[in-house]
Amino acid sequence: MTDVLQDTRRATGHTRWVRIAHAIASVSVLTLAFSGFVILMAHPRLYWGDAGNDLTPALLELPISRNYLHRGYGQPVPFFVGAAAPVSANRTYDIFNQNGWARSLHFLAAWWLVVPGAAYMLTGVFGRHFRAHIWPARQDLAPHRIWREVADHLHLRVAAASGGPHYGVLQKTAYSLVLFGAAPLIVATGLTMSPAVTAAVPALLRVFGGYQSARTIHFFTFGALLLFVLVHIVMVVKSGFRRQIRAITVGE
Amino acid sequence: MKTTGLITRRRAIAAGFTAAGGLLLTRFPKALPPTYGNLLRTADTLTYATHRALLPQQALVKEYTEHDLTSFPATGTTNPAVNDKAPLGSVYRRLHEGGFAGWSLTVDGRVATPRTFSLRDLKGLPARTQITRHTCEEGWTAIGQWTGVPLSAVLDAAGIMPTARFVVFYSYDDWVDSIDLLDALHPQTILAYGMNGRDLPVQHGAPVRLRVERQMGYKSMKYIHRIAVTDEFEDGGKKGNIQNGWAWYTGI
Repeated sequence: MTDVLQDTRRATGHTRWVRIAHAIASVSVLTLAFSGFVILMAHPRLYWGDAGNDLTPALLELPISRNYLHRGYGQPVPFFVGAAAPVSANRTYDIFNQNGWARSLHFLAAWWLVVPGAAYMLTGVFGRHFRAHIWPARQDLAPHRIWREVADHLHLRVAAASGGPHYGVLQKTAYSLVLFGAAPLIVATGLTMSPAVTAAVPALLRVFGGYQSARTIHFFTFGALLLFVLVHIVMVVKSGFRRQIRAITVGE
Repeated sequence: MKTTGLITRRRAIAAGFTAAGGLLLTRFPKALPPTYGNLLRTADTLTYATHRALLPQQALVKEYTEHDLTSFPATGTTNPAVNDKAPLGSVYRRLHEGGFAGWSLTVDGRVATPRTFSLRDLKGLPARTQITRHTCEEGWTAIGQWTGVPLSAVLDAAGIMPTARFVVFYSYDDWVDSIDLLDALHPQTILAYGMNGRDLPVQHGAPVRLRVERQMGYKSMKYIHRIAVTDEFEDGGKKGNIQNGWAWYTGI
């Protein structure tokens, strides 16, 4: 029963550069997730459009720090005459804010993800790695194969680890979505939050619908990546944890 | 056959990186802010060097219309006079009671002629009005209209020395911060005395605050009373961002 998928999975092992890229990505993604969460705690409200703050309505408020629900402002003073006029109000309490180190840590980890990540992507695109192992091949997309994979996954039938490619079609699809979808999207929305970058590339603000929209998309893309990492870990455990860890670290 | 191809590709990539590196080096800033051996700050410095090397130097941030104005939280210091113990606090109280008629701005350091400007002097210089997005490191944004004099006009009036590289600001809430000449001479970097069509309110930095639109909000210092031009980077000591655990360059 466990060798249902065996025919499509010949062991070729992870090449050294894939193992190095995986190690760097693991550490930087974990650091980004941790520092990103600390940054979000300073202002756990999400908005759409260009502007959003404690004095404007939120799309979503996350109960993850004492800044949640933003109580602690003085009497609002309108800037103009009229009921709908924008207001100013003084903050009257100390918020939770560890961004002094959390922001710098986030950007440090981002450099470690983006520079080796770009090298990985270039190598993958111009080498044969992506075409041979990551991008779903035409024969992968035959309906009966997709159906069999879906059925196997639904029944939690996981083939024993081969210690590297070849991968199943759902696995390839998941990796492709991360590499060609989520990763570029989370980098682009991150850059859209940089006022220096959007001064140089104003199109970023138009593409994502504004600074706060980009911040919101950044957060939900993180959510998708988190889901991927959780499923990834479950699959690693179910297919033979020790074997898989050995394959992705020391190789074989 | 295959080996030859691999070496050629590697050579091509290596040549590309070398060429790009040579191109970038010439555009790197002469001096980078110190990192104090702090690993976190190396990433901020890398970001600074990269922005200065890759981004167009005088690109303008997006400007909005009056319909886009939003509510605007006043955070950090909302009135320097509240801190009675600080000598600057009581000075600010007296100036505020006198409608800032006695306020003046000192411009000194590496300039040809040190100058002082009254509020009236500043308002006599050609003004610029811009509606821009204030981007707080906490994660919120607000859109406000700012009227003031371009910092470049004030620096021109004093005549900066050819060796000058940084501009340091001193505020009534006893804060010291600096920006490089590229940001100082940026067309949207202004000393604002008006907000949303009226005099700048006390909670937003009266009588004059800085607007540095390509960086995070905390670089746009409130309650300015002195500007010093320097040749060397100065961190502001215990009154500056770096020693308080905050990044100096925040274009991201």
